[in-house]
Amino acid sequence: MSVLDSKIPEGPIKDKWTNHKNNINVVNPANKRLIDVIVVGTGLAGGSAAASLAEMGYSVKAFAYQDSPRRAHSIAAQGGINAAKNYQNDGDSNYRLFYDTVKGGDYRAREANVYRLAEVSGNIIDQCVAQGVPFAREYGGLLDNRSFGGVLVSRTFYAKGQTGQQLLLGAYSAMNRQIGKGKIQMFNRHEMLDVVVIDGKARGIIARDLVTGKIERHSAHAVVIATGGYGNVFFLSTNAMGSNVTAAWKIHKKGAYFANPCYTQIHPTCVPRSGDHQSKLTLMSESLRNDGRIWVPKNMDDVKAIREGNLKPTQIAEENRDYYLERRYPAFGNLVPRDVASRAAKERCDAGYGVNATGEAVYLDFKAAIQRYGKEKALVTGNHNPTEAEILAYGEEVIEAKYGNLFQMYEKIVDQNPYKTPMMIYPAVHYTMGGIWVDYNLMTTIPGCYAAGEANFSDHGANRLGASALMQGLADGYFVLPYTIGDYLADEIRTGAIPTDSPEFDVAEKEVTDTLNKLINIKGTKSVDYFHKELGKVMWDNVGMARNEAGLKEAIEKIGKIREEFWKDVRVPGSVEGMNSELEKAVRVADFLELGELFALDALNRNESCGGHFREESVELGGEQKGEAKRDDVNFKYVAAWEWTGNPGQAKMHKEELEFNDIELKQRSYK
Amino acid sequence: MSGTKDMNLTLKIWRQKDQKSSGKMMDYKVNAISPDSSFLEMMDVLNEDLVNKGEEPVAFDHDCREGICGMCSLYIDGEAHGPDRAITTCQLHMRKFKDGDTITIEPWRAKAFPVLKDLIVDRTSFERIQQAGGFISVNTSGNTQDANAIPISKHDADKAMDAATCIGCGACVATCKNASAMLFVGAKVAQFSLLPQGKVERKDRVLNMVKQMDLEGFGNCTNTGACEVECPKGISLENIAIMNREYLMASISKED
Repeated sequence: MSVLDSKIPEGPIKDKWTNHKNNINVVNPANKRLIDVIVVGTGLAGGSAAASLAEMGYSVKAFAYQDSPRRAHSIAAQGGINAAKNYQNDGDSNYRLFYDTVKGGDYRAREANVYRLAEVSGNIIDQCVAQGVPFAREYGGLLDNRSFGGVLVSRTFYAKGQTGQQLLLGAYSAMNRQIGKGKIQMFNRHEMLDVVVIDGKARGIIARDLVTGKIERHSAHAVVIATGGYGNVFFLSTNAMGSNVTAAWKIHKKGAYFANPCYTQIHPTCVPRSGDHQSKLTLMSESLRNDGRIWVPKNMDDVKAIREGNLKPTQIAEENRDYYLERRYPAFGNLVPRDVASRAAKERCDAGYGVNATGEAVYLDFKAAIQRYGKEKALVTGNHNPTEAEILAYGEEVIEAKYGNLFQMYEKIVDQNPYKTPMMIYPAVHYTMGGIWVDYNLMTTIPGCYAAGEANFSDHGANRLGASALMQGLADGYFVLPYTIGDYLADEIRTGAIPTDSPEFDVAEKEVTDTLNKLINIKGTKSVDYFHKELGKVMWDNVGMARNEAGLKEAIEKIGKIREEFWKDVRVPGSVEGMNSELEKAVRVADFLELGELFALDALNRNESCGGHFREESVELGGEQKGEAKRDDVNFKYVAAWEWTGNPGQAKMHKEELEFNDIELKQRSYK
Repeated sequence: MSGTKDMNLTLKIWRQKDQKSSGKMMDYKVNAISPDSSFLEMMDVLNEDLVNKGEEPVAFDHDCREGICGMCSLYIDGEAHGPDRAITTCQLHMRKFKDGDTITIEPWRAKAFPVLKDLIVDRTSFERIQQAGGFISVNTSGNTQDANAIPISKHDADKAMDAATCIGCGACVATCKNASAMLFVGAKVAQFSLLPQGKVERKDRVLNMVKQMDLEGFGNCTNTGACEVECPKGISLENIAIMNREYLMASISKED
């Protein structure tokens, strides 16, 4: 029997969430005022949770390392948010969204959690519209939808290419209403550096005021971690510069198990690297695959001519282009899930067909869409005999209305006009499906400590479908956590305010202060970024899109060495007092250096290919699926939840076996 | 990629220890900067260099580095977000500069945005304005009416969206000779006044937000229009007109 109790409610999957809500404990409104909840992170999950908990009456303290909750990296999500509204009458339903998500995640997610996600998805859209989120609409005034990868219906709601921004500003406005009422105390420019556990329960956090450098103690009856993913362990990713694993890692070291750390999403459509100066990678929304066609040249001579600058992609004839996704996956074409699209791009580039100087780029071409839309718009505007130039102009107008901000972003980075020449794209680290293990109530293995949004592991299995991160963040924060947390807090109504002068707070604060002082006093010779880049290189080369046993073992060894060197030779200028951005980075990189090792260990343990985790040892050798990833349900149909034992390399694994009662386990096929 | 050769540059940068200290401009050199790197990547090179020399790096705000979080905030050669249009500093690329250039880099300058350190300013005045009324008073219930219950004309929805794209960076304030926040506040007021859900509280909203804006010490609008030019999201001046109209209407018709 596993030590992990997922607390999945009994009953048919359709009734589990309703029954659960009916049966769990509730805190009465007068008592809620006496209960403090800390929410760390103010993205979609944290922001919506903080606002909802405060509306319900709890006293909330919210923390963000940026200068405003509105700047959390959810803001950068572009394409959209899924919901099973079936407004397009294309046969969508809660079940279909549930099915697509479990299948898209390569059958490595918990059925009950995913069904609940699908169940509340419609409410999210209702809630956001009520908050004034300006979703895209059709001429009749009703909401518009687009399609995303891995599904056959149109269920994605969007606000231009800035959906994450608009949803976050919705949650932010809800927070502001509560901050104005004093129900949320907002701590901007604060970073959580440890969790305080008293008698086995999470009772508060230690945070650093990033302006004054002061170390602060904050107590609460429950602590919610909503601090996002850990993609920056790769140094280069689409995450914000400050995105980090620190809060999640600190609770891990205090008893929260870390689940499936190796499940990483490498997003297929990002602006390729251009050189060593690069500090981050930029995503080009998956929504572009609605209208863009992905290709590389068929002939090696054309590839060479392009790289040498003697040929333009627009000069290559249709029959000399390899639309490899359409060729390999006729059913889903350019809209295969992200892991499949990324591996296919890597396959073509490894074979030598990459189209820029680095050999790591493929084309995303809008010519066909521009012509298709152009003809349609010409007719609608009454021009029944348009010239080719008129068609292109009309078509570009339509494309601009849909993706204008993305095209502008691309042009600013690459200095090429994507309306006239195909975009160049390549996969980049984007999202981490792994994260803190939580039960059905979103509680971690530390009682009273919760994890929401990307920070937890729960809903996306081994691969996340496009437009599902926003859905999960808001589902957790608006509709799941506010209910489930009451079940725990109902027992806390007699606890009273928690003092911060206990020995546990003393010890936790001292540990934090000691670590900061240690970092400042190493006075070594190399910058924090040097170590971060070294770590990132090992992660990308050995733990990236394709992994094998030898490479993973090498990564574990190398990361250990980099970590050792870091603690001997890092140079952090300045002092622990006042603003010190190098010290902030040092703390985060120190945690990435531990997480990286656990990540590689988890990837080594999972000797199967599933979703974003691809083991070279586990591929289909024959038949229609030859060369595709091969999952191993006999040996690996479980969640790997790792317990900290003092050293990342010696983490102890606990298994949560996954049960599939409502969906038949099948090989994922998009052909 | 432009493929032109690397650049050597002189930087004049505002250095200030903390909010209480006075600051001054300091000169720095950076070499071998790729024209394909972003402005903040050039700053990374400078900071890496300073750290290696044992000096304290230049503090500046930044996070997403793709033009949406609103964190970055540099006043470059006399322009908010530098010499390009419709972008933030993190989207500014070095191909906009020439080898041998001298670049002046300052923080946002406004009474309501005090400098915290070097190029970092305190923008919490913006937060307090939003807290005064930048929301629709609807609780999370999961039982609000269906999202399609009220059709909203595409024109209004698109216009609300254009206003809502404000990233709260503060370039409008930094650019304005009066350090006015009217474009920032106008964008939020206009977004909600265009949507049926926002109309219910429109009077209180505009009065409360404008009151807080004045309390924070932002200046008034004299219709110069520099804010619109420098706004990385191209927020239209029309939003200020909408806010003025909302304010006038609320002032003369508010009951109580």
